[in-house]
Amino acid sequence: MKNVCKQDLMAMNGDEAVAYAVKQADVDVVAAYPITPQTIIVEKFSEYVANGEVETEFVCTESEHSALTACLAAAVTGARTFTASASAGLALMHEMLFVTSGCRAPVVMAIANRALSAPLNIHGDHSDTMAQRDSGWIQLYVENAQEAYDSIIQAFRIAEDLQVLLPAMVGLDGFTLSHSLENVNGLPDEVVKKFVGVRELPLVATHEGKNAPFKLDPEKPMTMGPIAFPDYYFEFKRQQDEAMKNALSVIQRVHDEYAELSGRSYGNGLFEAYQLDDAEVAAVCLGSTAGTMKTVVDELRQDGVKAGLLRLRTFRPLPVEELQKALSHAKAIAVMDRSLSFGGNGGAVFHEIRHVLYDAATHPFVVNYVYGLGGRDSSPKELRVIYEELQRILQTKHVEKTINYLGLRE
Amino acid sequence: MSEEWKFTAKDIAEKPDLFLSGHRACAGCAPATVLRLIMKATRGPTIVTEATGCMEVVSSIYPYTSWAVPWLHTAFETAAANAAGIEAALKIMRKKCKRKQEHVDVIAIAGDGGTYDIGLQALSGAVERGHDFLFVLYDNEAYMNTGIQRSGGTPHGAATTTSPAGSIVPGKVEYKKPIAEIMLAHEMPYVATASPYYWRDLIAKARKGLEVEGPAFLHVFAPCPRGWRSDAAKSIELSRLAVETCVFPLWESANGKCQLSTPSKLIALAPQKKRPVSDYLQGQGRFRHLFTPKGKKMLDEVQSRTDERWQRLLKKCQET
Repeated sequence: MKNVCKQDLMAMNGDEAVAYAVKQADVDVVAAYPITPQTIIVEKFSEYVANGEVETEFVCTESEHSALTACLAAAVTGARTFTASASAGLALMHEMLFVTSGCRAPVVMAIANRALSAPLNIHGDHSDTMAQRDSGWIQLYVENAQEAYDSIIQAFRIAEDLQVLLPAMVGLDGFTLSHSLENVNGLPDEVVKKFVGVRELPLVATHEGKNAPFKLDPEKPMTMGPIAFPDYYFEFKRQQDEAMKNALSVIQRVHDEYAELSGRSYGNGLFEAYQLDDAEVAAVCLGSTAGTMKTVVDELRQDGVKAGLLRLRTFRPLPVEELQKALSHAKAIAVMDRSLSFGGNGGAVFHEIRHVLYDAATHPFVVNYVYGLGGRDSSPKELRVIYEELQRILQTKHVEKTINYLGLRE
Repeated sequence: MSEEWKFTAKDIAEKPDLFLSGHRACAGCAPATVLRLIMKATRGPTIVTEATGCMEVVSSIYPYTSWAVPWLHTAFETAAANAAGIEAALKIMRKKCKRKQEHVDVIAIAGDGGTYDIGLQALSGAVERGHDFLFVLYDNEAYMNTGIQRSGGTPHGAATTTSPAGSIVPGKVEYKKPIAEIMLAHEMPYVATASPYYWRDLIAKARKGLEVEGPAFLHVFAPCPRGWRSDAAKSIELSRLAVETCVFPLWESANGKCQLSTPSKLIALAPQKKRPVSDYLQGQGRFRHLFTPKGKKMLDEVQSRTDERWQRLLKKCQET
């Protein structure tokens, strides 16, 4: 790509990469509350504030609930806003996640994915964000620190797009990504600033019948967050779902535009297909596990196995048609979940992928692997077992167990 | 603080309303009167944010609104966090020339549930951080929006739907949380109590709360005829009686100096003017059981606790 700009190679962990992206994105208000393994983000950002490196109002709130509320209120005042959280912190925000998306406030939030209590566990899994999948937030999951940096920058453009106007969360695996030092290429400040641009506001009709930018403005008063009864509520919700659908193309567009600038791309922005085109056995996963899975796929390919991987980057909105197209030719598919839906017969990603494939004419075998809860590591050897089982299913045309647990004492 | 704002009744009458008629508050709703008066105290561009509660619900039924100012509601416990976010955004966007340079006042409004109970954490945090906003508590002493359930602001003895006056338990056993003193303990720039009967005092205090730099807390007494089982025509009279019985004394504290406001000051100077609490309680159905032979003990308790709190306040205001 000839237009790729010169970049700074830095050693950063995932949290620092997120903070660095926020520093460059001309964010007006950051309101946050510390929680492991996200803490480095707010600590690093506090340093930027203390050293005058950002023009941002930093509000150190007394809880995550207030952190997100302050971001929401700042966003509807016209500001670009950011917060970060994880696990219990995100769970405490639960109520406000819905209010934020319902108020169409494009808050961007980084989540250093972490297990939920009890028992208390500070390590990585996807229980926290999966529990919020229906909260009306865009959800992106990244594979490494570089993608964390790139995705945060993209998230502001996606969330603030006038066809979208929805909050967005970017998930990076706790500790595996949040605390591991990696090489990160950073774009120059002015390039990022130009890329994210100045936040635009849609024109809406006020109760006085004026067209006004959608913000709290004494010159054009607007009532925000009203009460809506059964006669109007439903329409509000339908519009949110439509905005989610719009986000699918916006995510791809922003991703492609950013790829031109940086030289880095992540599949089509929605998911990344690895050796998938001719794959007979394929796995679907999110986040950092994809790195190990790619190694496993390479080894299997050397052994002559037609193995492939789909790393889902955009979980909300779910790219249903695109996924169907990318996966339907595989004969046996293992969906990996780093969270549980207790009593739901499998994890959230499994449910969604099976739902996607229901309409596929090929009707592949689809099984679920729950793995890595509470930060348990999954080795290449263990992950290889998934493909071996898929091969066995293909040979026998028989699924022994639909829901499987990887690396678990039983 | 700038020079004291002088206003006449005519000024107030002529100032256009910012909390407009057509809302769906009940007959005799004192909180609605309080909001109208508070909005008479504004000094320029103002943004209002409200917690979930009676006044939020009656004033913002989509697609209608009673608010002539920009207004935001997000949730029950969030009035102060909303104000924090709005204030932070205004500050930085002015600095970055993304908004007009004019000053904009921020008012957060909540009922007793959104202040004493579920909203206390966010309020305490926002005050500790020193955001520049006025927090108005309209205290109708129970969760009226959901049907008269007890709150931390419900007084001793009051019957509510979750502290009913039964044959064993005579209404709310616990005492009302001294919320204004809790806020005063935050060492915040301005704390005051007010009552809509003394409308002039109320408006003046709201104005001071806006003028002061940093957080201000205004605790406003606000009778609810539905919840208090009182005559809808008597809400303002009850607002007077609460002050005259010292159940709800009026005072203010600017930068740590606590002083009684005139109506309560007059009682401090002439203690014989202090009326018995029964004068205030007997017009209210929620205290009916206190006026039976069995209720005498509780009635006496209300009187003695009121006297204790009054004495404590006198000390604080150095009136003794």
